[in-house]
Amino acid sequence: MNLFQPILILGFAFFVVFAEATLTGPRDWLGAQIDLLPALMVYAALNADIITLSLLAVLGGLWFDSLSANPLGITILPLFLAGFPIYLRRELILRTAPFAQLVLGAAASAAVPTMVLLLMLNLGWQPMVGWDTLWQVAVVTAGGAAATPLLFGLFDWCGGALGYKEEPEMGFRPDREIRHGRLLK
Amino acid sequence: MFKQKNYLALGAVLFVAVLLLSLPTRATARLKLAVGSWFLPLFGLADAAQQLPAGLADSVLPRRELLHEIDNLRKENLQLREQQIQTAAIARENDQLRNELGWQHLSPWKVKLANVVLRDPANWWRTIQIDLGSRDGVTTNQPVLSAEGELVGRVSAVNFASAQVAIIGDPNCRISALVENPTRDMGVITAAGPPDAPSIQLNYLPNSASLKPGQDVITSGLGGIFPRGIPIGKIMDVQSLGYGQITVANIKLNANLGALEQVWVLFK
Repeated sequence: MNLFQPILILGFAFFVVFAEATLTGPRDWLGAQIDLLPALMVYAALNADIITLSLLAVLGGLWFDSLSANPLGITILPLFLAGFPIYLRRELILRTAPFAQLVLGAAASAAVPTMVLLLMLNLGWQPMVGWDTLWQVAVVTAGGAAATPLLFGLFDWCGGALGYKEEPEMGFRPDREIRHGRLLK
Repeated sequence: MFKQKNYLALGAVLFVAVLLLSLPTRATARLKLAVGSWFLPLFGLADAAQQLPAGLADSVLPRRELLHEIDNLRKENLQLREQQIQTAAIARENDQLRNELGWQHLSPWKVKLANVVLRDPANWWRTIQIDLGSRDGVTTNQPVLSAEGELVGRVSAVNFASAQVAIIGDPNCRISALVENPTRDMGVITAAGPPDAPSIQLNYLPNSASLKPGQDVITSGLGGIFPRGIPIGKIMDVQSLGYGQITVANIKLNANLGALEQVWVLFK
């Protein structure tokens, strides 16, 4: 099993969460912090296995919630639900087309904060929700949509530059070998 | 088999999420602390990265500028010493008057400087994390002020080496405030507006409140968390809602909450 891809995805998620908590530029300029975890879920759903996808949802959600005032674990399910349907239908998706990546990134980036807010409101938490939330979700959606094709490019480059490919099966099969000679029965 | 594996994963994730959300508050706080501590090595890296440009800039500052800065600091130091002497005299006088009136003595507050290390990555909370924690004696509900002494918020959760501060406007930081006008009108600052907005609403004001733009708003001292007299902001405008039944004032905050780098934590 090639462990490079899961390690790369999970490591990137860790740094993404930390960067979202330390870099205030998007918040200062746009009024909302951009979240790259949904875009990462889209990448994992289209390119990784179900274990990596599940680990990304659980660990990404835990890391995000641990640095936030969110109740711990609230982000796990929305992240997974953003990636799981894409994973189930990934054979039908043009995963190499940037437009498809952009649309999926936008959908996931809009769905995750909406689901997190709905979950919190249903569980009795009182996050700050108002008309400004629409702007925040719009910024997060646009940011996630723009970031998804870039993430695909980055991961493809990392995979090509740093990873290794599993050795393909040999074309030679001893049972199909054609033998020549008179002694052959 | 393929489908079964997928739905097993869905079940496992659902189980983990439900388990975490149903844990008791204390267990969740400990787990949050444990998970949050994974980021501790990165705090140091971020600090070093922030200090590197400052260090480089310091090393190329001309001598004349440094001497000029030293001169300014000496003057400021003298002014502060004068102020300290005056303040000490006022405090003594205050103590004497309290003694004569038989009032309780006010215990002085101590302060500790903390660096702001993180901001809440979620857009629906107004919290920051500072680099003081339980090892420094920080406990929940301690008031937090900006470097200029204006109200920032209160400590809402404490880890070993860091603490979470709910800043003004967060749903977990309600403040009883007093308007410095002849009628000393009081209200409550509640959650409102987008995070890092420069203004906030003062609610639950009396209908008879005589509010004018420019009046100062300070903490009232009620509620037992914030001491009286910490500056919060100035009134921008006043609105009468619900056919005159509700009075709400918009306040421009003194502290720039979006650009906090260092804060003071108040200790009793």
